[in-house]
Formats: sequence, structure tokens, C-alpha cells
Amino acid sequence: MEPEEQTPETPIEQEEQAPQTPVVQQEPIAEPPVEPDEEAPETPPTPDSEELRIGVFVCHCGTNIGGFVDVPAVVEYVKTLPNVAFARDNLYTCAEDGLTAIRDAIKEHKLNRVIVASCTPRTHAPLFQGVCEEAGLNKYLFEFANIREQCSWVHMKEKEDATRKAKDLIKSSVSKAALLVPQEEMKVDVVPRSLVIGGGVAGLSAALSVARQGFDVHLVEKEGVLGGFTRNLNSLSLGDKSAEDTIKPLIEHVQAHENITVHLNSQVESVSGFIGNFDTTIVTNGSSKEVKVGTIIVATGALEYIPEGLYGYGMYDNVVTLTEFEILCKSGKLPKIKNVAFIQCVGSRGQDKSYCSRICCVISIKNALYITENFAEIMGEEGAERVEVDVSVPEISSRRRRRRRMVSAEGEAAPGPAPTGGPEITIFNRDVTTYGADHEVYYNKAREKRIRFVRYTTDNLPKVTQEGDKLVVNYYHETLKTERKLQADMVVLATPLIAPPDAADLSKKLKIPIGRDGFFLEAHMKLRPIDFATDGIFVCGTARGPADITESVAQGLGTASRAAIPMARGFIQAEAILAQVDPEICTGCGTCEANCPYGAIRLSDDGVAEVLAAACKGCGCCGATCPEKAIQMMNYTDDQLLAQGRSILQGAM
Amino acid sequence: MTEFEPKIVGFLCNWCSYAGADLAGVSRYQYPPEIRIIRVMCSARVDPMIVLTLFKEGADGIMIGGCHIGDCHYISGNYHTEKRAFVIRRLMEKAGLEVDRFRLEWISASEGERFASTVAEFTEKIKELGPSKVMEDSDLASRVGAAVDTSLDFRIRALLGHEVGMIEDGNVYGEKKTEDEMREIIDAAIEDEFRRSLILEITSSKPASAKELSQVTKLPTDRIVEHIATLRQKNLLAVDHIEGMTPYYVALRVGGD
Ligand SMILES: Cc1cc2nc3c(=O)[nH]c(=O)nc-3n(C[C@H](O)[C@H](O)[C@H](O)COP(=O)(O)OP(=O)(O)OC[C@H]3O[C@@H](n4cnc5c(N)ncnc54)[C@H](O)[C@@H]3O)c2cc1C
Ligand code: SF4
Ligand code: SF4
Repeated sequence: MEPEEQTPETPIEQEEQAPQTPVVQQEPIAEPPVEPDEEAPETPPTPDSEELRIGVFVCHCGTNIGGFVDVPAVVEYVKTLPNVAFARDNLYTCAEDGLTAIRDAIKEHKLNRVIVASCTPRTHAPLFQGVCEEAGLNKYLFEFANIREQCSWVHMKEKEDATRKAKDLIKSSVSKAALLVPQEEMKVDVVPRSLVIGGGVAGLSAALSVARQGFDVHLVEKEGVLGGFTRNLNSLSLGDKSAEDTIKPLIEHVQAHENITVHLNSQVESVSGFIGNFDTTIVTNGSSKEVKVGTIIVATGALEYIPEGLYGYGMYDNVVTLTEFEILCKSGKLPKIKNVAFIQCVGSRGQDKSYCSRICCVISIKNALYITENFAEIMGEEGAERVEVDVSVPEISSRRRRRRRMVSAEGEAAPGPAPTGGPEITIFNRDVTTYGADHEVYYNKAREKRIRFVRYTTDNLPKVTQEGDKLVVNYYHETLKTERKLQADMVVLATPLIAPPDAADLSKKLKIPIGRDGFFLEAHMKLRPIDFATDGIFVCGTARGPADITESVAQGLGTASRAAIPMARGFIQAEAILAQVDPEICTGCGTCEANCPYGAIRLSDDGVAEVLAAACKGCGCCGATCPEKAIQMMNYTDDQLLAQGRSILQGAM
Repeated sequence: MTEFEPKIVGFLCNWCSYAGADLAGVSRYQYPPEIRIIRVMCSARVDPMIVLTLFKEGADGIMIGGCHIGDCHYISGNYHTEKRAFVIRRLMEKAGLEVDRFRLEWISASEGERFASTVAEFTEKIKELGPSKVMEDSDLASRVGAAVDTSLDFRIRALLGHEVGMIEDGNVYGEKKTEDEMREIIDAAIEDEFRRSLILEITSSKPASAKELSQVTKLPTDRIVEHIATLRQKNLLAVDHIEGMTPYYVALRVGGD
């Protein structure tokens, strides 16, 4: 009876088969509840007094569950559980016939609670909840039992134990389902206006796209100009124009758009409220302005890591970072150089920061090619006067420092007689990360142009010293297994992008998390890469981690469309997993207020705690500490959790 | 003799450890089957009362899984969880329950393998410890009951609820000292409240004298007398009868079931 050929063995295959139905790809709770289908009939709340009629649908998931759990035996067992009015198995519950079976059974057997025992609620709860709603059952009367990821797939050699566990898990869900109550999702109006923080390419693209969709935008940039980090750059990888010319049209469109108000030299001072209704204060040169917005896009970018003390940086004049190198090129102040060494992964991948900054390999190659392609120009310039080069990157006031450099054919920085022949460029690397097809071609081009790639390992880091007036890179040749020396006129260090120091401040103001590496942390790495867990706030560009301009712009456009969803709809429905205060028990001690990470619970004027439904994320932190136990979490009440725990302790037969 | 099959409950937060458990499944990492998982939104949702109540009702092991510190989906939830775990462990100690029966683990959504190995290790540990004796040993049961009551005490919960705030505001002056100070304050409060809860627990089933209470609670009589005074003041304890010169006390349950 088991159709082997159509039985997917891996979740990937299964995912491909299942969606004959509109599978909701987002996460269950994760998805800000803005897209439930409007045609769904209003759910009649189930009266408390009504007799409990629980329906349980146990899924084979092909052989994914059925192969390791005795599903028919589980179904027979489930039928004996209290309040279970109906139980059956399905080959694929998420396929159209499986969903129809749920719909039909709800009507036919007058089910008022539904449990699906199958995969994981993290991916499939919205689908089944939707089916319940179609059949007129409030979606909060649905409960999941995870018998695939947390049972059949992890106990593949113990069918008996796995079967017993599946029974237990369903029993636990049945005991919770008996205590579920229908919930109304609250409708909250959304202000059709966005706040975009940061005027780099990501923020600019986001602002323009939101504005073009017809919404107002307030763009806040802390510097006096738009353009962000890209303003420091000389050329762009894979681009034929200078960095400045490339982004110029974007800046102009933003400045010209009637829906966009640009606030330069400005900062967001405070933010309160929640999706649809954020109250923000923008401070410009000491004077502040209140702006009410519905959504917020964070595009505050990143800075370059300063490799103080690494590879002679700060010690020798001609050891510079990639950004400094680009500024020198851009301002035409590059000394005459023939031998150039790039060192990759400086301060990244474990040297200080743990991560790989992704884009620096391509950037080094870009600059190496720039030298090669403009060599005549670079070497041709005459003149031996001293120039002052201000290589401070405008964003980083703390690192402003001035360097003096000899620009001279005979000078210190570019010593020796005017060289003949082409440049000698070496890129010292640990691995070359030129991801993507175009960048791979770029890498090949560099090889064609005779740029040398020399590998080093962390056991043998290259050392930069000065011998006489020349920079020397001492390195260990991995293939030849010998120590070698390379003379260089300039050493360029590829350092990672790092989160700006004030990101932590913004994190507190907006109540958005920062990940381990200091960048803003998205709600879900795979499924919600540009959302924050806090509804209505989105992130794009290098604020969320190293990215090039193409990626930053794509993310910027992405956030614009994410932000537009609730604004176009005009209202949001707040997920009803909320804290609920019993005003009779609450003594107004304020402990909950001190615990809520979202400012979603506060003491009202009459000294009783009140929950701001649209802001509450349902974490339950307040409830677990309320000294009076005046708070319950809807859908995760103490009683429900205890009932689950108790039923587990009793165990299945 | 059948092999001991421990009853292990795992409370996992939706965003990290539950996802980690899912990943263990997707990657087919095999682990021992005893654990039963209950999904919660955040590890901070797990009230110490719930953990202790399940211990009281015979759980052999309980694990809470949350996001790594700094990665909490709810920004700071797991920070609170950590504080609560401290109280859970302290109360287990006081009740005479092996602290190793409880585990708090940070497991991210990408740590499927770590989830599997953690569960394997924890299950092994619980098997070593053997079955919980709560259901057979009535003394132990009343001590664990007292632990549950303590976890519901206003003072403990209020202190716990404000701990993070107090430490953070104290940051400027050196976090460590303040954190230790807070621990001390909470520790002392737990000690007092646990003893009082225990007195109430014991006297709720059968009247007892100060001397008997001192024997069971292993506290000097004068401390017991102090606690009795406090409890009487709060109207939680009353004299049941007097035998000779010795008063016997009984717990007054307010609004109990
Ligand atoms: C040396 C180097 C070379 C590069 N070369 C290339 C290349 O060739 N090709 C390519 O595609 N990419 C390149 N990049 C990457 C590119 O610079 C980034 O992808 C791009 O700048 C990211 O844009 P963004 O808008 O996310 O951030 P940013 O450009 O950093 O802009 C962020 C903006 O936000 C503002 N801001 C920050 N904090 C606040 C705040 N609290 N309030 C208000 N405003 C704030 C900043 O002032 C800034 O204007 C290079 C990067 C480096 C370091
Ligand atoms: S913690 Fe509990 S008692 Fe205190 S104010 Fe909040 S709801 Fe009321
Ligand atoms: S559950 Fe409580 S702590 Fe969590 S967001 Fe809601 S009000 Fe705040």
C-alpha cells in the first residue's frame, strides 16, 4: 500500500512535492500577521460550555514518519484519549487531499479542536491553521504535535520507542488542546509613512522605492551628505563608472522625490510604539522634530576595521587599509608604486573578528586591477613635493588621523629609480572568496593580468618590516616550504567591515537585536532575512553584515516592499499570543514593566498593568516573573504547559 | 526487571532550541528517545514554578533550551531565564533533589548536532541518577512542595524580576559586585522563604511542634520560632492545640483548593 516511488525521503524532496496547495512558506509565529486571507469567514468563537470534540490527524509523511512510527497503532491509541472525537491518518496531511480531509472532518464530526501530528509547527502551522479557519474554526484552536523532526527522524532504529514517543507527544498536545480558547486578533491601523535610518546605497534605494509606492518617507542621515561609505570608494568592482558617478543618480532621485524628506546631520533620538504606530523623534543640529511612522527601515551601514598594530599598520606610512588606498586613488594622491602587496583577512576570520567579511577578496582584486590598468598614469606623475593626505574616513571621527606621505620618485614612500615594466602585485590570502559567477570571472582576469596569489596559513602569518627605507613582507611559501621576502612600495590590508559603535545604541532604542558579530540580527537567517523579529522594522545593507553594493541595494528594495505590505493594507492583525493581565490580581508592583523587552506592558493610570497588544510579542517573560501571578500568556498558559507536562509524566501505554 | 526509562521533559524556545531540535531531525542525528518536548515562545516563559511542580509530580529530568546569550529572539529573554535557573537550582538543592536533574542549555537553530549530543548526555546523566524518589519519599515530596511554594513567593519573584534591571543599572559601578550582591540578597530570601514554605507544607498535613519542625527542617529551634512568628503574623499559621506546654501549629491555607 506504500507507494515507494512517490515517497520522498528528504525534507527537500518533500517540500517540492507538497506544495500543490498554497503552502505558506513563512514561519508560523514569525510572520507578522498581515497576510491572512481576507475571504476567511468570521470565526464563531467556541463557547466554553461546548463539549470538547478534538480531531487528530496523524501524518505518515510518506515513509518519513510511517517508516519509523507505527502510525495506525498511534491512531488507534489516540482514539482512546479523552475528548478525542475523531482520529485518522493521512499519507500527506499537507497535500490537497490531506487538507480536504481536515476541512471535511471539522464539519462532519463537529470538531472544535484540531491537532495535526506531523512535521514542525515552525513551517507548517500556518497552513493547517488556515484550513481550520476556512472550515470556520478559530485558528487558535489548532495544535501541533511534532512527530517527524522530533521523533521519527531522530529515532530511526527504535520503532517501538518512537511509536510510544509519538503517542506521548500527541497525548501532550491533546491535553493542551482541551484547554485552548479562541482568540481574536486585534486590528491596528498603520500610519502610511516610513522612517529610513541611514543614507547609504541601501537606505537610499529603500527610501526611493517606498516613496515610489506612494508612501511618505523620512530619511535620516547622520552625516551632512548622502551616499554613505561608497563616497570613499574610487572604482567599483564590475562597474565601468567611478563609485561617485554610479550612485549620483540615486542620490538625485531621492533628493527630488516629493514624498521624501531628507534629514541631514540628524539622528533618531527616540522611538516608541509598535508596528503601524511608531512615535519617533529626529534631532537635527540640536533641534528635534516628532514624526509618526508606520514602519522603520534600518540602513546604518558598517565601517572599516582599523588594524591597529597589525602588519606594521600605524608604524609604517605605506601600510594602508583598502579604504585608505581607495581614497588615495580617488583623490589622485597615490604615490608612485610598482610593487604592491595586498594582505587578506586582516583582523577577520579569527584574527580579531571571527567572521569572513566576504567582499574584501573582490575589493582587493578590484584595486589590484586598478593599479595594473592605470599603471602608466600612476607612475607617470612627476613632482616631489610633500602632500598632506587626510585619509580619515568621514564616518569614523574617532579614527581621524593625518598621515604624511612622501610622494616622490626618489622619496621615502616610493623609493628607487622610476621602475620599468608592469607592476608587481601580490595578494597574500588564506582563501580567495570571489563568490558568484561574475566575481569568479573577475578573479580569472586578475590571474590573466599576472597578479600573484600567494597563500598563507594562520600558523605562518606574513610579517611586514622595514629594511632601510623599504617595506618588506616576510612570508612562508606554502608550496616551496621556505621563508621568503618580498619588497613592496605599499602594503594594503584587507580588513573586514565592522558594525558601527553606535549600533548598540540604536539596538536599544528600536529594541532590535544584535548578533554575535555586532551586526543587526535578522528574524530568521533563511526565511526572514531582512525582517527584524520586532514587527514593522526591517534591516538592509551592511548594517546586517558584510555585503557589496548590489546586495545592499537588493536588500534595500526588499525592505521597501516588506515595509509597504502593512502600509498598503492599512492595518495589521496582531498575533494573539499575548500577555493578559488579570486586573483583580495585579497589585501594580511594576515588575512586569521592568522585564518586558519591548515596553509592551506598563502601569496604567489606575495603577494596574496593561498590555499594548500590538507591541507585545508574547515571549512570556513578564508572566514568568509577575510576583502575583497576575499574568497569563494566551495560548501558553501555566495550565496548558502544566497539562502538557503532566500528561508526559503519566506516559502512554 | 525492566530497564529504567526516565521521564524527561524539555521546554524549548521556538526560535533557537526548538529549531535546533528540528534541525537535528532534518539532519537525522539520532539521540535517545526518552525526552518529550514542549514548545514555548521564549525560554523566559518557563516559570520556575512549572519546573518545580513537574519535579514534584515525578519528572526525572527537565531541560530548558534557549537561544545563546546575545542571540535571544526577544532581545534579553534568556538573560532572565538564566536568573530563574539559578533560583530553580537553589530550590532543588534545598529540597534535596539532585541539581543535575535540571539543565539549562543554549542551543541555536543551527546546532542540530549539539542538540542531539546534549540530549544524549543529559539522558545518560538522568539514567545514572536513577528514578526520582519524589513519589515514594514523602519527606522529599514535602520539601519539593515547599520549593514550589517558594517559587511562588512574592518577595522571591519580585527580587528576581528586578534583578536584571538592578544589575544593569549598576553596570556603571562595576557589574560583578552588584551581581554578587544581588545573588546574596536573593539567596538569603530563598533560604528564609523556603524554610517558611517547608513549615507550612509540613503543618498542612499534620500539626507539628517547634521541636518537631526543627528536626525535620534541620534548623535550630530559635530560627524555627522566628519563622513561626513571621508566619503567624502573616496569618498563615495558627496554633492547632497544646499538648502539655507545647503548642502544635497548623498551616492556614488561604484560598487553597
Ligand atoms: C574598501 C571598500 C571597497 C568597496 N568596494 C566595493 C565595490 O567595489 N563594489 C561594491 O559593490 N561594494 C564595495 N564595497 C561595499 C560597499 O561600500 C557597501 O556595500 C555599501 O557601502 C553598503 O551600503 P549601505 O547603505 O548598507 O551602508 P553605508 O554605505 O555604510 O551607509 C550607511 C549610512 O548610514 C549612516 N548612518 C550610520 N549610522 C547612523 C545613525 N545612527 N543615524 C543616521 N545615519 C546613520 C552613515 O552615515 C551612512 O551614510 C566596498 C567596501 C569597502 C570597505
Ligand atoms: S508584575 Fe504582575 S502584579 Fe506587578 S504590575 Fe505587573 S501584572 Fe501587576
Ligand atoms: S509577553 Fe510580556 S514581556 Fe513579553 S512582550 Fe508581551 S508584555 Fe512584554
